[in-house]
Amino acid sequence: MSADKNKITKQFMQTLPHAQALGMRLGHLGEGTAEIEMEYDERFVGDPETGVIHGGAVSALMDTCCGAAAMSHPSSPGGTATIDLRIDYMRPATPGQKIRAHAECYHITRSVAFVRARAMDDDDARPVATATGTFTVEDK
Amino acid sequence: MAPPRPEPVQVVKQRRDAALNALVHGVPYIRFLGVQFDRRGDELTAIMPFAEKLIGNPLLPALHGGATAAFLEVTAIIGLSWSTLWEEIEKGALDAETLVGGNLPRLPKTIDFTVDYLRSGLPRDAYARAQINRSGRRYASVHVEAWQDNRGRPFAQATGHFLMPRRDD
Repeated sequence: MSADKNKITKQFMQTLPHAQALGMRLGHLGEGTAEIEMEYDERFVGDPETGVIHGGAVSALMDTCCGAAAMSHPSSPGGTATIDLRIDYMRPATPGQKIRAHAECYHITRSVAFVRARAMDDDDARPVATATGTFTVEDK
Repeated sequence: MAPPRPEPVQVVKQRRDAALNALVHGVPYIRFLGVQFDRRGDELTAIMPFAEKLIGNPLLPALHGGATAAFLEVTAIIGLSWSTLWEEIEKGALDAETLVGGNLPRLPKTIDFTVDYLRSGLPRDAYARAQINRSGRRYASVHVEAWQDNRGRPFAQATGHFLMPRRDD
């Protein structure tokens, strides 16, 4: 991805109010790949008994990360919206640890970007969740 | 012997609402999103009042896909949990007081969740209802639809599978 587009995409990602509200931080942005992390926060807990983060917060992280990967693809004019997103929850994220998502846009046509992602806590060997989604390809 | 007189309506309503409130307010992330539940008999409608922090693309502006997904997932989990609770409360097997006292049942765990984004979510209040298509001892399948101004034009729908909490009976 050109340095310019990379910069624009990064700036755009940092203006998303919902991503900001969840404290998401954009890491590396490649050519159709993206990394975003989200710190552990008690406000995002879904199960008060265990302190495990709500699946909805993980979905928001996955959706944002997949969208960023779609936008960062060299064939994308830079705009996108989610068509569909499926998330599989393998195990509860360990309370207190941040969650890191890595997404890859593995195919793109003039209209559709195909993306997959996985989310990890401190244990790299066992993903917390995986996602597959399709996204629109459009101008900003 | 004459059958016992039915309980006064406000006593019944108060018990049911207290149980629902305890269930919903026990979850921090539901409070973070600002999601509320409206109850008519056993039917629940989830409401997500619009807030700036739910916006994804500020240029349009539109609700963030993640906020929509979370709203649908919250609706599914509470709907599923409520359907089991409702039966237990009505049978008298579970006392609403215990729930209000913070002794909440374990919640179902999401196995997978698939969201269809049908239209862009407008910067307005959103509503959703869950339909439980199957609820077994271990697994459940739930469909959720969310709409804004017009019930006939949903802006998102989802299907999810859930692992039910183990029960000791």
